Amino acid sequence: MAINLPGTDVVVIGLGAAGGVAVLPLAEAGLKVIGLEAGGWLSPNDFAPDELRNNKRNWPQSVQKAAQEAPAVRAYSNTTAKQGGHPMMNAVGGTSMHYWAQSWRLNPWDFKVVSETTRRYGASRLPANSTVEDWPFGYEELEPFYDRVEQVVGVSGKAGNINGSIDNQGNIFEGPRSREYPMSPLRGSPFTELMREAANSLGFNPFQGPAAITTEPYDGRSPCMYHGFCNRGGCHVQAKSSTAVTTIPKAQQSGNLEVVTHARVTRIVTNDGGRVTGVEYVRGNEFFFQPAEVVLLGSYTYENSRLLLLSSSAAFPNGLANNAGQVGRHYMSHHQGASVSALFPKDLHNWYGLPAQGVAIDEWADDNFDHSQVDFIGGANLWVHTDRRPMSAAQMSTFGRLERNWGTEWKKFIMENVDRTNSAYIQKTTLPYEHNYLDLDPVIKDPLGLPVTRITGRYGDNELRIAAFAQEKMEQWYREAGAIEVSRGGLGSTMTASTHAYGGTRMGDDPGTNVVNRWGFCHEVPNLGIVGASVMGTSGARNPTLTAQALSWRTADHLVNNWQSITS
Amino acid sequence: MGLAMATSNNNKGGNKPSDPSRRNLIKGAGLVGAAVASSASHVVTAQNPVSQSVEAQVTEALETLTAAEAATLEAITDRILPADENGPGAREARAVHYIDRSLASDNAAFRANYGVGLAMIDEYSVKQHGQSFHRLTSPQQDDVLADVIAGEIPGFNPSGGGFFNMIRSHTIEGTFSDPYYGGNRDFIGWDMLGYPGVRFAVSSDEVSLGRDLPPAHQSAYDMPNFTKVIARSGGSGNGN
Repeated sequence: MAINLPGTDVVVIGLGAAGGVAVLPLAEAGLKVIGLEAGGWLSPNDFAPDELRNNKRNWPQSVQKAAQEAPAVRAYSNTTAKQGGHPMMNAVGGTSMHYWAQSWRLNPWDFKVVSETTRRYGASRLPANSTVEDWPFGYEELEPFYDRVEQVVGVSGKAGNINGSIDNQGNIFEGPRSREYPMSPLRGSPFTELMREAANSLGFNPFQGPAAITTEPYDGRSPCMYHGFCNRGGCHVQAKSSTAVTTIPKAQQSGNLEVVTHARVTRIVTNDGGRVTGVEYVRGNEFFFQPAEVVLLGSYTYENSRLLLLSSSAAFPNGLANNAGQVGRHYMSHHQGASVSALFPKDLHNWYGLPAQGVAIDEWADDNFDHSQVDFIGGANLWVHTDRRPMSAAQMSTFGRLERNWGTEWKKFIMENVDRTNSAYIQKTTLPYEHNYLDLDPVIKDPLGLPVTRITGRYGDNELRIAAFAQEKMEQWYREAGAIEVSRGGLGSTMTASTHAYGGTRMGDDPGTNVVNRWGFCHEVPNLGIVGASVMGTSGARNPTLTAQALSWRTADHLVNNWQSITS
Repeated sequence: MGLAMATSNNNKGGNKPSDPSRRNLIKGAGLVGAAVASSASHVVTAQNPVSQSVEAQVTEALETLTAAEAATLEAITDRILPADENGPGAREARAVHYIDRSLASDNAAFRANYGVGLAMIDEYSVKQHGQSFHRLTSPQQDDVLADVIAGEIPGFNPSGGGFFNMIRSHTIEGTFSDPYYGGNRDFIGWDMLGYPGVRFAVSSDEVSLGRDLPPAHQSAYDMPNFTKVIARSGGSGNGN
């Protein structure tokens, strides 16, 4: 059976964006931490500017543990789920190695969707079958942890609200910040300037969004080189503020973090008293048991629910921490579909750029506008960015202008127009619903014989109405900037596996509807904490990573401050 | 490796800033073209249109395609992105070389489908026009491909249109991916699009130049950061 290892204070499962942050406050407080990571270490030499390898062949995700246990997906509970791809990667640093690195704070409204909607428009405006709740605390509670993560990992941006003082160079809708970002935002470009001017002439408030990317030498790392391979490429100069180059090495320097790579956790072990005693993992062809006083689970939304469901025991017959039947519930993946693309009459100079180099409009997000006259709550953040590589650029839409997408006419078209297109990145409020959840697939198993996660999910009317509304606003913005063609994609339906996946182990005060308490520890298992976006009860209209990291730091901080009560 | 060496020498001769302008490059390549012997031999030769060495030749061994399959496929890539008054196309960029290599590696799952589909296109060409696809005139080839796409010929997997789209996607990959993978020869693909090439760092001023920025003309793997140093002078990651 499993080889028993010497015990430790804390085991962190998964050293990605969230777990990779938690290890730092723990290690610096003197706790002995073992980080179990399914992937290995990657270096800047691994990240060649190679579109075929990074974007087409999906290196390095293609050789991952995650690829062998990708979730199965279906829209309705009476259908059979089919396995797709897994959007995340395994490595020290996890997907923070190659993510777009947009590093937003949620807006204050996202913490209070129920109470604020009720207060302003009446409770009838909440979608009937949504399970959304207010967070157990407001934005103000998380602000110090947002601030700490921004400073420690290195986030660039421009504040729009410092202690209530509004600056329209930043996002005027953001919650009050205690101070400015540690670095100025990524530079603009001819295209971002074009879109900024168009937004201004429409009376909007455009701003360069925040990014976990350095814009000056920071903590011994180089600034961004803008070479154009940031999208699904790790950074060749470590300008991307992945946990692999920030919090994890810092935690190692304390001497209190041991990183175990290529360790695949198969089970969280509990005793008859319902407390966690450690974790079981496979490394190579050997099983190990790692005893620990406390376990922090940070293996991403799909694996967090899955590992709990795979860890049933006498005390937890339906899965660990699942006696209330809440593991897997309140799942949602961000609605990022309903695309809008534009064709311009001149070159946009977008060959060298990155997804995080862009301009945002927050006028139509959250509750930043009056919803009295619309049939949805929430909204969308509109984002346009520079990011273009040759293979994908050659596959540009022809906007209905050609009969054939091959031959001399097509060749002439792409030669003329390849640097004249842009597609917006529109993130929309997505709510949790009764009919959307994660569980174990009854048929599909990974190579170890363990069932994969099954996603049952589809967007509700609220999401589709936001999508249609946002497309209208986006087209208006593109047209103002001089676009000669604008095309829209479908509004979307099925929630596929996503890099923005939330819920399954939601955080809240009510143990009947939430898996973890306001500190991120399981209501049913006092020495098991969960970190990552799986604890988030709302999505917001922006990227989740910084919020997941702030929550993770806060959970670790709570553990340090309450070590005695949590471990006794 | 002859071409790789020549290309590498081009890059490393300190003449990057004075590289021929894109206009001249396309024109030159278009005039010379690439002579391709698609006979029964499994070795296809191509002249290097831009090498400083006029005599430079490179051999291309087919890794998985048969000579007949390669001849048909090469002609199809040429109709997808033809050499014309706007410069060289997928044939000159050696998209077929890329596809052949990818079918022996990352795209191996498609190998059998290529065999069947290309044979059916050739048979249909003989039936309709009395000759193999690659010997037809360009308008005849376009007619055959239009029939394939329209579903006029039974048996394609998953459909005629689906089969064509697969070749089209792989032709785009072969024309516009890094030359390391066997296509985009002499950066024909990147020059076609006005893409100034992979760089380690790009300044604001360089971005402002847009397509007037002189092309870098290097493979990602010509940068020492991303390759192992091998004991040979002039070693190049550009694996044509």
